[in-house]
Amino acid sequence: MNRRLLDIQNLTIESVATRKPVVRGVSLAIAPGEVLAIIGESGSGKTTLGLTALGHIRPGLQVASGRVLLDGADLLSMGPAALRSMRGRRVAYVAQSAAASFNPSLMIGEQVIEPALVHGIVPADEARARALELYHDLSLPDPANIETRYPHQVSGGQLQRLMAAMAMCCGPQLLVLDEPTTALDVTTQIGVLEAFKRAIRQQGAAALYISHDLAVVSQIADRVVVLHKGVTQEEGPSQAIINAPKASYTRTLLSAYKQWAPGAVAAPTATVGSPLLTASNITAGYGQNPTRGPRVVAVRSVDLEVHRSSVVAIIGESGSGKSSLARVIAGLLPSASGEIHLAGTRLPKTVEQRSKDQLRRIQIVFQSPDVALNPAHTVEQILGRSLALFGGNRRRERGALVRDILEMVQLPAEFARRKPSELSGGQKQRINLARALAAQPELILCDEITSALDTVVAASIIDLLRRLRAERGLAFIFITHDISTAASFADEIAVMYRGEIVERGPTDKVLNRPEHPYTKILVDSVPQLEAGWLEAAAGRRECLLASGGGVTLAD
Amino acid sequence: MLNLIGRRALQGLLTLLLVSFLVFAGTELLPGDVAQAVLGQHATPESLQELRVQLGLDRPAALRYVSWLAGVIHLDFGVSLASQVPVRTLVMDRLGHTLILAGLSAAVAVPIAFVIGLGAATRPAGVFDRISSIAALCVSALPEFFLGTLLVLIFAVNLRWLPAIAYVTEFRSFGQMVTSLAMPVATLAAVIISQMARMIRATVVNVLSLPYVEMAVLKGVSYRRIILVHALRNAVGPIANVVALNLAYLVSGIVVVETVFVYPGLARLLVDAVSSRDFPVIQACVLIFCAVYIALMLLADIAAIIGNPRLRHQE
Repeated sequence: MNRRLLDIQNLTIESVATRKPVVRGVSLAIAPGEVLAIIGESGSGKTTLGLTALGHIRPGLQVASGRVLLDGADLLSMGPAALRSMRGRRVAYVAQSAAASFNPSLMIGEQVIEPALVHGIVPADEARARALELYHDLSLPDPANIETRYPHQVSGGQLQRLMAAMAMCCGPQLLVLDEPTTALDVTTQIGVLEAFKRAIRQQGAAALYISHDLAVVSQIADRVVVLHKGVTQEEGPSQAIINAPKASYTRTLLSAYKQWAPGAVAAPTATVGSPLLTASNITAGYGQNPTRGPRVVAVRSVDLEVHRSSVVAIIGESGSGKSSLARVIAGLLPSASGEIHLAGTRLPKTVEQRSKDQLRRIQIVFQSPDVALNPAHTVEQILGRSLALFGGNRRRERGALVRDILEMVQLPAEFARRKPSELSGGQKQRINLARALAAQPELILCDEITSALDTVVAASIIDLLRRLRAERGLAFIFITHDISTAASFADEIAVMYRGEIVERGPTDKVLNRPEHPYTKILVDSVPQLEAGWLEAAAGRRECLLASGGGVTLAD
Repeated sequence: MLNLIGRRALQGLLTLLLVSFLVFAGTELLPGDVAQAVLGQHATPESLQELRVQLGLDRPAALRYVSWLAGVIHLDFGVSLASQVPVRTLVMDRLGHTLILAGLSAAVAVPIAFVIGLGAATRPAGVFDRISSIAALCVSALPEFFLGTLLVLIFAVNLRWLPAIAYVTEFRSFGQMVTSLAMPVATLAAVIISQMARMIRATVVNVLSLPYVEMAVLKGVSYRRIILVHALRNAVGPIANVVALNLAYLVSGIVVVETVFVYPGLARLLVDAVSSRDFPVIQACVLIFCAVYIALMLLADIAAIIGNPRLRHQE
């Protein structure tokens, strides 16, 4: 490498309180105009590392050793004034959550041109003209008026692009992008990703792209650094890392990464006899009186069937009504019309009207165990409540039952005495699932239960569900926005779009031979590892949208 | 937004109506007979009865409430039983004094609380933060009557700099106003400064920990601008809320302070009226205090609505 724009040398960052290193002896360099990706799971230290490129160390952390050179000047020994004049002007940051990173009380335009103004680069009207250009480049709708809007008035995908505009406003030499598309739907991600890639090219800026998603990285980065627990595992050109990984951690990451490619789907199990659950013509929504003409309709005339020991995945973008449908089936959201039958018996609309046995047979598992599990209770208490309510068993037997259930979710018996805060994210999700299992249900509704987990952990949860289905004949409705997971696990897929199920059928058929234009776009938006996929997919998407039979995408 | 504010204002009026009922019911429940209190121990049963009829006390309570309320709406609070002067005249005499005292206390307290709160928030756990937070805790732990008496002991009795009582009927000069009001204002301000400073600090510290503030740091925005533009813009709603709540707290503080310093304000009138069982005066004073309190709460709500762009730009 001839010239190094950013040169991180043997950097170690540790926690002030525990002295435990978060980043350990990492070295990396970026040449001008180069895109380098850092790949890692949560807790790998990738954000901490990325922020050092702006000379920023979060409160609670400190630099133990090493240097971070920007064009030869050490950012870690710079004074506050020098750092301030560098930040936003020479190096700019794009955060994961645009919704949290925009000040809710200031107009978008003000915030986008703020870096240019505080650094005194250009006068306000010139900055505004430049921002307008960037809005066009990033394909933002209605660029002329977006600057006078407030952050809550635009969509998540738009905010993410606006944050990129904010970062590029001063024409920085280096962009640090921290998981900039992770919070977005795949159909939204593809557009944002393409806009980012194009804008980075046009600016001639170098970029440090932080992500956990190999496929996304393979589309945008020239080189990849794999980070695990703060230590560099390996480094090399993107395609080389993906095709011929050397480090064992990279291989684990790649194998856990259930890359869905056309053709590779789970073998369906034969469905015989009458369905376990039938939902017919369900319409539901929110408003003051949801059962009689809801003001906002979330689910519209939906039919669904689930057989014993089968898995039906419901996929679709956020806001498409997936969770609302699960809430209707669970009895948490009374439907405005339609019927639900469980093994031939019609179910009352609400939890209050259903019998205890009906409640026992359908259990729901929510996305976030942090919210679903009572932090003051031990695992034994959490599971015990479910056992007492549905099992009616004696207190003395409960200890043994708790051990059995923990074994079912592959956790050691001594976890019974722990509280949720003493468990890892994956372990908490297992307890969350165990709480549902304690009721001995026949159908479990899983609402995005792997979405917040790292790839490796998510894969192990899916393995667990697969085993539960095989051994106990459990049926699952598996709600996810992650098509790869659905493809690897589901017998049947239902695609939801704006409250309706637009396509339903065997996984193989829906994913490999999609009929509805929305399904086609959705399936084609799943990032693939091969080079050049992004541009090709974006092109196909334009064609589909042009002839899409009324399909429009939220952005 | 106007819709929302209108609804809040309506709720405020309803609360006031409910309060008027409670005030009336409360004075009804007070022990003692008005006629007896007015005529004294040696009144004959006949004269007592005659006075009751004259005052309308023989009518049912509900009827008396309605006619009282009708008067209140026209700002007619009846006639004082003790002095036979219209209550409105009594109240108007005193209201000005109380407003001066409360207004001065607020004018002194709010800016000082802002400076202390923001100063402490910019460097949490710094020297200034620690000192100010210990001082604020100490002051807010002291009741007004103790603080007031302490000030009198130091500045009036020992140092003899200021008069011990603030009994003034009119202010003849600015200097005289300052010397007579210094201690009452200091007492009232000290308590609300400590509360407001702590709440302002907490609000600003909370806002400063949010991701958009880190984003502003990473954009190269100066610390001053982060505090004054990014943080304060979002903290202004909650802070205005805190300020309004503390000004409402002045309402109760003023009763104590006016008594301690023998200041001829509305609260003093109320305390005197209670001891002479002058019901119309009690009702008028309590109702005015409650109305002020509700108005300040309404202001706090409106401040919170204006401070939140989601509510401000509601369709």
